[in-house]
Formats: sequence, structure tokens, C-alpha cells
Amino acid sequence: MEIKGTNYHVTYDSTTATVALQGTLRLRGINEYDPIVELLDDVTAQEPETITLNLQNLQFLNSSGINILFKFVIQIREQGSSKLVVRGSTKIPWQKKSLQNLQRLMAGVQLEWGE
Amino acid sequence: MQQTFGNFVEQENGDEYLVIHFSPTSLPLQQRWRNSGLSADFLAEYWSTFFPAHDVSSRNKQLEIKGGINYIANELLENIMKYSYLPADYPVSLGLCLYQDEFKFYARNAIDPDAVENFQVRIQALLAEDTQTLYLQQVEQNAANAKSIGSHLGLLTMINDYNAQLAWKFETISQDPEIIVVTTMVQLAL
Repeated sequence: MEIKGTNYHVTYDSTTATVALQGTLRLRGINEYDPIVELLDDVTAQEPETITLNLQNLQFLNSSGINILFKFVIQIREQGSSKLVVRGSTKIPWQKKSLQNLQRLMAGVQLEWGE
Repeated sequence: MQQTFGNFVEQENGDEYLVIHFSPTSLPLQQRWRNSGLSADFLAEYWSTFFPAHDVSSRNKQLEIKGGINYIANELLENIMKYSYLPADYPVSLGLCLYQDEFKFYARNAIDPDAVENFQVRIQALLAEDTQTLYLQQVEQNAANAKSIGSHLGLLTMINDYNAQLAWKFETISQDPEIIVVTTMVQLAL
């Protein structure tokens, strides 16, 4: 599964159950984020043992985008079938500021930091 | 008529400031939207000149400041574009001023007079309640409501994730037609 936008790229590798978001995401509200939300819904529905969310190349995310990531995490939490690993980058400022909230939303979220 | 919430300080531009000023009605929102990102990127890059990176510590500081300006400017511009009351046909602006130990952002736009009361209730909650709790509550509410259109997380992320201080001023510019302008001030410590 793949979504390509002007400044962003979202992929899902089902062999490793890894969703990767890359580029810059500044979409306007829930309607424009719909295709990405649908991709994330499909990932959750497959119920892999561990879902990996790779954000290491996501340079910017607006609050509407942060909201859909939180929704994804809550969905995984409510379904109860999958563990979640989130890969972030210490070089990307918004991640150092906002990703820790994921651990407040779902106990056991593993946050891994790379450069 | 004027009303302020929080520690609102009037904009005094000082020696270093930039202002983006435009008409919210001259272009459709769809076309205008890209400018919020462009502007935020520019502002972040511009102000990074004042925080040169010559070692690990100063490089990290520069990165943090750029990230903070980029995120806050983008959110304020997106809010201006989403919530500007177009029938007032009143210009909007985002000003960014550098002081010795902080940045101050000033976002100014006309607001729907019918929306003022609800917005002020929300502001009072942001100023009085535990914003970490409000943040998580809003996130859970958004997840439970599939039809929610806005995330209502812009201001909460600024407060909780960036430790920004927020304040507001409401001014009645005209009675007939009724035009109310809101200025959102965001202080970002260096």
C-alpha cells in the first residue's frame, strides 16, 4: 500500500508490518488526511503481532496530522491485538516535542530514537 | 470595546520583526493553504540566522528554535485561514518579533461574532485548567468521534509540547456591520 503526495510519501510493508511516513505533512483537516487514515485503518485491521510506525524521515507534521497518528495509536490500543513500535529521529524537532504523548495514550508503546 | 485573556502584551516591534499581512478573501482557501507552510519554513529559516550553529550544543539550540517557530507559525497561519470571518473582509496578519529571551508571535484575524462566546469559554479553560489533561481528553474525544472535522489540537500542542504561553485580545472594530478582531499572542522562550 502506498500514497504519494506533493511533499510526502506513505508506505506500508506488510512483510515487516511497517508503516513509513516521509516528507512534510501539512494537509488541511480530516478530509485531506482521509486516504492516509484509510491506509492506517487497513493496517490495524490486519492485526499483525507488532506494528512499526517509522517516522524517521517525517520532517514536519501539523496538528491535524498529529491527531491522525494519535487516532491510529488509540485504535491499536482498543483493538488489543498488536504491539506498537515507533521509530523517531532525534534530529527532527517536532518529534522530540510531541511523540512522547504516544506513550501516555497507550501503555507499552516502544519509542526508538535514531538519527 | 476591548477584552484580553491571559497576559496579553501589545505588539511593540522593536529592532527585529517580520509581519506577513494579507487579505483572506483574495484567493480561495485551497490555493492559499500552501502559503502557510511556505511562510512557516521561511520564518524558521530566517530567524535561524540569529542562532548560528558552531558546535553540537548551539546546533541543537538552532534546530529547536527553528522547529518551534516552524510549528507555531504554521499552526497560527492555518488557524487564521480556517477561522477568519470572511464576510468582514478584514485583513489578517502574522507578526513575529525577536526579543532578548523570547519570540512573540501575533496572529490577527476577524472572527465570526457568533463564535466569540464559545471561543472565549475555550480560552478560559486553556488558561485555568490542567492543559495536559485537556490535551489527552481532546485526543480521546477526537478518536471517539469519527465525524469530527477539526482536531482542536493546535493551541494545546503549542502549550504542552512547546511550553508556549498564550494570550488573546478581542476588539470590536465596528458596530454596524459588526466586526470583531481577535489577536492571538504566543510567547516562545529561547
